Amino acid sequence: MLSIRNLQASVNDEPILKGIDLEVNAGEVHAIMGPNGSGKSTLANVLAGRENYTVTGGEVIYQGKDLLALAPEDRAREGVFLAFQYPVEIPGVSNIYLLKAALNAIRKHRGEPELDAIDFLELVKGKIALVEMREELLYRSVNEGFSGGEKKRNEILQMAVLEPRLAILDETDSGLDIDALQAVASGVNALRSQERAIILVTHYQRLLNYIEPDHVHVLAEGRIMKSGDKGLAHELERQGYGWITQPAAGTSP
Amino acid sequence: MSQNSATQQIYLETIAAAGKRAPAGMPAWISELQARAASRFAEVGFPAAQQEEWKYTDVGPIARAGFTPAPKGLNGVDITGLEGFLFEDLSCHRLVFVNGYYAPALSQLGGLPAGVTVSGLADALSERPETLEAYLGRCLPDASHGFTALNSALLADGAFVHLSRGVSLEQPIHILYVTTDEAEAMLMQPRNLIVAEPGSQATLIEHYVANGEAAYWTNTLTEVVAEVSASVTHYRLQEEGPRAFHVGGLHVNLDRDSRFTSHGIDLGGRLVRNDLRSVLDAEGAECHLNGLSVLGGRQHVDNHTHIDHASPRGTSREFYKGILDGRARGVFHGRIVVHPHAQHSDAEQLNHNLLLSRDAEADSKPQLEIYADDVKCSHGATVGQLDADALFYLRSRAMDEAAARDLLTYAFARDVLQRIGLEPVRLQLERRLARGLLHGRDTKELELA
Repeated sequence: MLSIRNLQASVNDEPILKGIDLEVNAGEVHAIMGPNGSGKSTLANVLAGRENYTVTGGEVIYQGKDLLALAPEDRAREGVFLAFQYPVEIPGVSNIYLLKAALNAIRKHRGEPELDAIDFLELVKGKIALVEMREELLYRSVNEGFSGGEKKRNEILQMAVLEPRLAILDETDSGLDIDALQAVASGVNALRSQERAIILVTHYQRLLNYIEPDHVHVLAEGRIMKSGDKGLAHELERQGYGWITQPAAGTSP
Repeated sequence: MSQNSATQQIYLETIAAAGKRAPAGMPAWISELQARAASRFAEVGFPAAQQEEWKYTDVGPIARAGFTPAPKGLNGVDITGLEGFLFEDLSCHRLVFVNGYYAPALSQLGGLPAGVTVSGLADALSERPETLEAYLGRCLPDASHGFTALNSALLADGAFVHLSRGVSLEQPIHILYVTTDEAEAMLMQPRNLIVAEPGSQATLIEHYVANGEAAYWTNTLTEVVAEVSASVTHYRLQEEGPRAFHVGGLHVNLDRDSRFTSHGIDLGGRLVRNDLRSVLDAEGAECHLNGLSVLGGRQHVDNHTHIDHASPRGTSREFYKGILDGRARGVFHGRIVVHPHAQHSDAEQLNHNLLLSRDAEADSKPQLEIYADDVKCSHGATVGQLDADALFYLRSRAMDEAAARDLLTYAFARDVLQRIGLEPVRLQLERRLARGLLHGRDTKELELA
């Protein structure tokens, strides 16, 4: 589904990604872990098409298409979804309006009929139960005045409604209490399917107790240093990142 | 003779002529009030750009145009001609003014509860002069500027609202000022007086519209007296014609525990200046001001607010936003004065401006003067473009860039409109702005929040 080959990217002329290679197949859940500043969030944002990230080399093929050539909205219509680390507050735009506009834009792109208000509301009400979000938040401005947990649940709600082919969760677990974490995890787990791939970007192993990954990758200094199965996450939990990022003891000052 | 005095002369002659035409039987105090205002105008004339308060707004074009007062008459305005200016689904009392004069035939004042008087100011002057004498001009500062003086000197008609002690007026009063196409080079100058006795409540909508594209000048002045624990909600919807000049004064005096809320929306006019002064004159008074300007072309709108925290425990909130396209210019000058004994005053002022074009300009000037030591005062001002993070967020949710930009622009304005409590007014304004800012995209669902 997704092939990332030698991807290099910089922010403000500073190289952050220095050659990422990653293959993600439909049906798989990949966890990308790594210390702060390793480039995890940059990778997520580059895949979603954020403008201030400059791709300086490599390629990303998504379902046979050159992903990097697509505008962010076209990526979304093709089924790419980014759950933001810091969801943006948009006063004056209701949450439900955004959800409906997003869903109908995607349906239109797929050649499916747009949903009317009644069908749409029914769909959303089914999904909102999954992430245990208060229904009144649907009618508030996007993320405005939401708690940290509510913002993340809202991201997962959007994901559940839009049913992406490739979902990228950027540190969705950070700052969540255990209830919110479980709600987020159940939303993600409900979405797991053979047609769909999920990339979890996370600093901590905690999230992976609730969402079991098929593959775990350690990103450090802009490169994938090590890949393995879920056992790797446990090892990181015990030993930290030092043994991977500084493999040759004594060579670092 | 300086330029100012030359242009001033035209208006001084107008004042003299108006004095000769004054109806017989006017109380002496009103002639004195007008004479004092006339000499004040003769003394100060029109504000000059060298004055700090006027440095962003050149009123030269108004002075030079030599506008003369409009004649009285309906000029063909009938009730069907008003339909486009009314609010759908709004049950309200209605006062209509045509070219500044009260038009009883177009007004609708049935069913007013006991203790509420709503009428034209000219009628009120003959019917209850003692009430007017007690209040008219009371809210105005001694050192008023030339526009205020001119309004008083030429005082003829306007809206008069009086709420007796404890009366709650359920339906709002829609005060519609229609300027007709015949009004080329004419001066409209409504003078409004709102008196809310202790414990009374009312909502008023001052609404300025034009029935054409004449170049005219509205020089309007409103005084609001809110006595102990009274609550007045005030709307000022400025949708003047595209070539119109509009100078508006709103002077508010707030007694103990009273509350004044104002929503000032500027969409029309060529050159607009609004002066809003609110005096929190006794303990526990509250003043909430919201403002929105959505401008394009060569429109110029200047909002000056001056809040006097003259007593302890007063609260003031200001929330002004401007959306500026084309070569439009938006000015916000927010002055807050906390007097030495006004302890525990709580003031917050925000002004945000969105520039949609390279040639648009916003000038924002907060001015806080705090002479008490135990107070909470804050202010913030921004001038900028659309938030890049919000834009990316919407695009990442499948919205195309143009639609996302329009939506964020609309949302920026809607943030102010959402504070409007009268739903029919809010919805009508939202729809109007949506039509312009969203370029005809479907907006039905936007109303959900």
